[in-house]
Amino acid sequence: MQDFANMTVERSNVQLTKADFESDQMVKWCPGCGAHAILAAVERVFPKIGYRKENFCMISGIGCSSRFPYYVNTYGIHGIHGRAAAISTGVKLANPRLSVWMATGDGDSLAIGGNHFIHVIRRNVDINILLFNNQIYGLTKGQYSPTTPMGKVTKTSPQGTIEHPFTVGELVMGAQGTFFARVPDNNIGMMTDAMFEAAKHDGTSIMEIMQNCIIFADKAHNDVIGKEVKDDTMLVVKNGQPMVFGKNSDKGLILRDTRLEVAEIGKNGITLDDILIHDAYNQDPGIHLMLAKLAPPLFPMVFGVIRAAMFPTYDDLLEEQLKYAKETSAIKNVDDLLNSGDTWEI
Amino acid sequence: MTKKKRPVIERESVVVKFVGDSGDGMQLTGGMFSDVAALVGNDLATFPDFPAEIRAPQNTVAGVSGFQMHMGSSKIYTTGDLVDVLVAMNPASLKANLKWAKKGATILLDTDAFDEKSVEKAGYKVSPLDDDTLETYHAIKSPMTMLTKESLKDMGVDNKTAERSKNMFALGILFYIFNRDLKPSFKYFETKFKKKPELVEINKVVLQQGYNYAETIEALESVIQVSPAHMEKGRYRNITGNVATAWGLLAAAEKSGRPLFLGSYPITPATEILMELSKHKSLGAKVFQAEDEIAGICSSIGASFTGSLACTTTSGPGLSLKSEAIGLAVITELPLVIVNVQRGGPSTGLPTKSEQSDLYQALFGRNGECPVIVVAASTAENCFYFAYMAAKLSLEHMTPTILLTDGYLGFGSTLFRIPKMKDMPAINPPMAEANDPDYKPYRRNPETLARQWAIPGTEGLRHRIGGLEKENIIGTVSTDPMNHQIMTDLRAAKVEKVADFIPEQEIEGAPEGDLLVISWGGTYGSVHSAVKQMQNEGKSVSLAHFNYIMPLPKNTGKVLQGFKKIVVCELNSGQFVNYLKMKFPMPNFHQFNKVQGLPFMINELTDRFNQLLEEK
Repeated sequence: MQDFANMTVERSNVQLTKADFESDQMVKWCPGCGAHAILAAVERVFPKIGYRKENFCMISGIGCSSRFPYYVNTYGIHGIHGRAAAISTGVKLANPRLSVWMATGDGDSLAIGGNHFIHVIRRNVDINILLFNNQIYGLTKGQYSPTTPMGKVTKTSPQGTIEHPFTVGELVMGAQGTFFARVPDNNIGMMTDAMFEAAKHDGTSIMEIMQNCIIFADKAHNDVIGKEVKDDTMLVVKNGQPMVFGKNSDKGLILRDTRLEVAEIGKNGITLDDILIHDAYNQDPGIHLMLAKLAPPLFPMVFGVIRAAMFPTYDDLLEEQLKYAKETSAIKNVDDLLNSGDTWEI
Repeated sequence: MTKKKRPVIERESVVVKFVGDSGDGMQLTGGMFSDVAALVGNDLATFPDFPAEIRAPQNTVAGVSGFQMHMGSSKIYTTGDLVDVLVAMNPASLKANLKWAKKGATILLDTDAFDEKSVEKAGYKVSPLDDDTLETYHAIKSPMTMLTKESLKDMGVDNKTAERSKNMFALGILFYIFNRDLKPSFKYFETKFKKKPELVEINKVVLQQGYNYAETIEALESVIQVSPAHMEKGRYRNITGNVATAWGLLAAAEKSGRPLFLGSYPITPATEILMELSKHKSLGAKVFQAEDEIAGICSSIGASFTGSLACTTTSGPGLSLKSEAIGLAVITELPLVIVNVQRGGPSTGLPTKSEQSDLYQALFGRNGECPVIVVAASTAENCFYFAYMAAKLSLEHMTPTILLTDGYLGFGSTLFRIPKMKDMPAINPPMAEANDPDYKPYRRNPETLARQWAIPGTEGLRHRIGGLEKENIIGTVSTDPMNHQIMTDLRAAKVEKVADFIPEQEIEGAPEGDLLVISWGGTYGSVHSAVKQMQNEGKSVSLAHFNYIMPLPKNTGKVLQGFKKIVVCELNSGQFVNYLKMKFPMPNFHQFNKVQGLPFMINELTDRFNQLLEEK
């Protein structure tokens, strides 16, 4: 039997290209859907990660996002609604040498699959989760989801929703997440950067992709990621860099007492040195949580890798336990087991 | 007091039950008594009877814990209907269990526990020691608590410890009654309390004093001898059904070369399988305690895709939660063993009691046309073989298999003749070869109709599977009407073909006659015993006990042909009989059903069989 202890994903000895991951299946997302850009980003990232192409596994649940496995040429399972995190956990634990990716949506992972989502994060199983957040149920044609803003009129909320939406990052931190990035679907560079960081991170990586559903929630994210507003509504964090935003990078985040505030550089004696420096690797999630929750109109929304803290992964710990048990147990095979303890001859 | 030499009475089999308060150590006492019986060569079966609550209020009927054992000098098939010897450590346990004692049974009582308050708490108006409650029994009334304290008075033992040892005093009395040697128990104390030598001494003294006391009392006229059973030669051990199930899965993993993965969620009465497998990481078992039943099975489906012998264990309500995911395993045609340790339902039902009422759920409880293999174990011991066979069939036929056991088998124990792994049948999963240019996800072996298993990491075999219907052979998503018909038919035919790979149905007794008794799963012991009894009386009765449910053995139709009447006995309202009627529409089916959370009693079975034989 294979022994995976202390083994990582095997490297490819040839340079792979986009063509290595293109599937022969027709991509059936609506023209103009944000998912196309996510697929393009994945096809750009996978060949460059350096793993053998046979070691990628793409798992999904149900929904528009979850058709993803059919569109990349990897091993893959298109699962059932909400359960992709559980299926992915089984894949990763069964073979930790696989690079496991999961495509899911706000309905799939935050409603029907909410339980699996928080538990995979809590356990820190080393899988990479691409969460397509379009704030709507698309495949069932336009019902509100757990991230739909309160008051929004949808097919199942003709008078507006009366539910408080989840903030994905807040949920991730609440579940003791070790990696959280937020990216817009209209910036392929930011998506690919975050995907590389997610791949590098040992543990559950959550990438919230602000994805546009052109049919049922068109421009839902435009108040934040739209070209006209984004300079003042998007703050892209980089590790070790001050957290500044604005057309002229003249605004930034400062900590006053226990709260984050927006300060204008050059006003009220504020200089660049007063602006908080982003530390994604800090184990303490305090600031990361505050960053994940910021939103217009009072604050910009924070994008990029907000948190990437090192903690042991479930899969590594499991392999260690197996290795230890194999080394120390007197029971080496099933015959040993059957004859262990009280037995007698007749 | 004088020691008496008493006559020895030989008995073929005896049922003993130890009952007391949850904290009285009845499971331990019963276990030790059983171990000694096993050591001297009796065959035996045991069953713990404990309350659903962890610590119900002291001295109440709700808090009674019991351990029943049946030992004999011939093959033992059940844990016994009624008891010959009842050890009752308090009034509540007597109240709850006297109805299970045979008339004239020996009842050993701790009279010190029958104080006014405890008697009242047990629901007695008058102490059963003072009225005619015990009149028709052979009661041995001993002040055990006092005598235990007395035996320890020179050792400086505190009252609480002394009181807690009274179960060993009772055990000492029983060992005398059954003419048993105390040495194995002494040895047991030495191992168990290695780090607490004072406890070794206390237990030895109390056990010996109980034994000595029994030698002197007037109430005992004879001692009982249960001679060794004539059992097949070999190495033996005691095993519960749940442990046997866990070990069967480990054995199948080793034989098939596929690492074991268990994704499970705790649920009574299946939890022991999860706990047992958690202990065996040294054998490569990866055990994942999931956040819920659904994650249990879904993680297993992920592990199965990845090349593991993947299993999930549960009980009735948990199987309901897994239904959708079983459908995913059926349409993706992945191997998966789903163990359902049945309990009383519906809903939460009777969690600690046994029933066979999940058969419909196992056969039909999913959306769509969704066939799976269904097998059922029939003794605690053969849970090992049927778990092994469930895994073998699932792996070789690339289809989920449901193994049905039940709480009675799972908690109960029998002697287990230890097999050798080299004698277990080979398991050959249809692994796809790396870089096979002809590999297609749904290409099938014509003999089994199983597709090949191409696991992630294998070069040249990347493919996607999923819950959407796939095109035959090539495995891409398809909504084509005729393709759906073909794939539906193939999935059904694949399961039906398993009949070519399982043994034919056996008949115990003549292949034709007046009455064929049919049973399945965990009722084997009682139904076999009832049929045997009637056969010994010269009646024309045979038994067909089924372990392979879906598909049925190929000769099933033929088995049913030879009898005037057929009676199907099951612990549900008639699920197997209706399944048989569906497959074999014949006019002579009768049924005998019981849904009380209790096993069949032999005499209720023989009454029904005799009634059927007498009716025209």
